[in-house]
Order: sequence, then structure tokens, then C-alpha cells
Amino acid sequence: MNMLRRNILKGASAAGTLAIAAGLFGTGNAFAAYNTAAFGAKSVADALKGMGAATPTDSKDIAIKAPDIAENGAVVPVEVTSKIAGTTSIAILAEKNPNPLVASFKLENGAEPYISTRIKMGQTAMIRAVVTAGGKTYTTAKEVKVTIGGCGG
Amino acid sequence: MAEPMKIRATMAGDVADIKVLMNHPMETGQRKDAKTGQLIPAHHITEVSATLNGKTVMEAEWSGAISKNPYLGFKVKGAKAGDKVTVSWKDNKGETNTADAVVA
Repeated sequence: MNMLRRNILKGASAAGTLAIAAGLFGTGNAFAAYNTAAFGAKSVADALKGMGAATPTDSKDIAIKAPDIAENGAVVPVEVTSKIAGTTSIAILAEKNPNPLVASFKLENGAEPYISTRIKMGQTAMIRAVVTAGGKTYTTAKEVKVTIGGCGG
Repeated sequence: MAEPMKIRATMAGDVADIKVLMNHPMETGQRKDAKTGQLIPAHHITEVSATLNGKTVMEAEWSGAISKNPYLGFKVKGAKAGDKVTVSWKDNKGETNTADAVVA
């Protein structure tokens, strides 16, 4: 874990000193604040707290599309669609991964409340989506059974 | 250093469907080398951003739990054919990559 943090810190300072990095990422310091607290968290509760979404409300307006059974935990396709008006961010967590928070996406300027990606899962667990809309957080979860884990190995 | 990235952007109604395939090992830092038993150091994309005609539409933070050679799909409303999509990523070692595509 410390190794990881070291690397992230190193990465951050390197990007800061390189003018070219700022040029590449149009919005300049958009990447300045990698949420180390949330991504380094070892429990779902801590990860949610790190994201500032400690107590999200359960919502049926978020749909998670993922296989019921994933044969290969290293590649689990996940699609999250939110029907909540004013959705500004979507985060994906795999509850039993060593670090549950997988990714968070901030959506703006016309981006639809939809994200599709592929994630790794260590074992059978709930996949949880956390959506932020209008300053409130909503969540839903879906179980994915994993027959071969994607972490470790 | 950085491998190419593939972007495909197509219109479906008034929504641009954007699919991105990146090339990255996405090491979590938790796997052990089978031969030496040493931990393989983490090496994964931490930040991804996408712009449409220079305006940011998506910014993401990733852990190493995104699969190797990541796939990312997202949609942007109000785009039109000919718009320029640019996707950039940065990893925990400070490496970066950028690619763009035109919405078809």
C-alpha cells in the first residue's frame, strides 16, 4: 500500500513540473486531486467516506448491467446507467476487492449518465454503483459470482 | 513509451456513443511474480479525461481494478458528426497518452 502511495505521489509531482502535462489535459489541474483516501480504503464504508458519500440512498433508478456469473474475474464487463436527473458522477465499487473503489467518473457538458467498462474482481461480491446528483448520493448493487479471481494469481 | 489508443465515436440520434480501448498493463501492485515471489509493483492508469471540441465531458479516477488494456464507453448528448473527441490518460508512474477521433 505504501509503495502504491509513493508511486502516486511521484506521479503527481512529475506531472506538476511538466508544462506539457498541463497542456495535454486541457483543464490544467483537473487531475491534481487523485482521491488517495477513497482509493486506498480497504472497506466499502471507508471508501464511501473518502468519496464524501458516507450514507448514499438506495435507488431503483440506477441500473447496473453485469454478468450474473463471471467466468474470469480479471475481465468483468460492467455498465452503469443512471436515470436520476442531474447525475454528475458515477462510481463503481467491487465490495470484496482489497481496495473496493474501482473507479469514479465525473460527467459534465452533456455527457450522458452512462459508463461502460471492464473491471477486475477478486471473488464473488456485490458490485455497487454510487451516483451523485444534485449534491446527493444514491446507490444500488448487483451480485456477480466469480469463478476465477482476477486479483492475486 | 505509450502504446496507441483506439477511439471510435459514432452518432446514435443526438447522442455520440464513444468507445475507447487503451493499452496498459494495469498492474494492481498486489500480484506476485510467479518465479521470484516478489510483488509486481503497481502500474496502472489513475486518471482519464475526455473532451468534445475542447470542452471536458468526462473525468475519471481509476484504481488498478480496471481490467488490463482498459475499455471505456460513454455517451455525450448534443454532439454532432465532425466533432472532435480527445481522450487522455495518466498513470501512477506519470506516463501519459492522448488520442483523438472525429465523431462519425
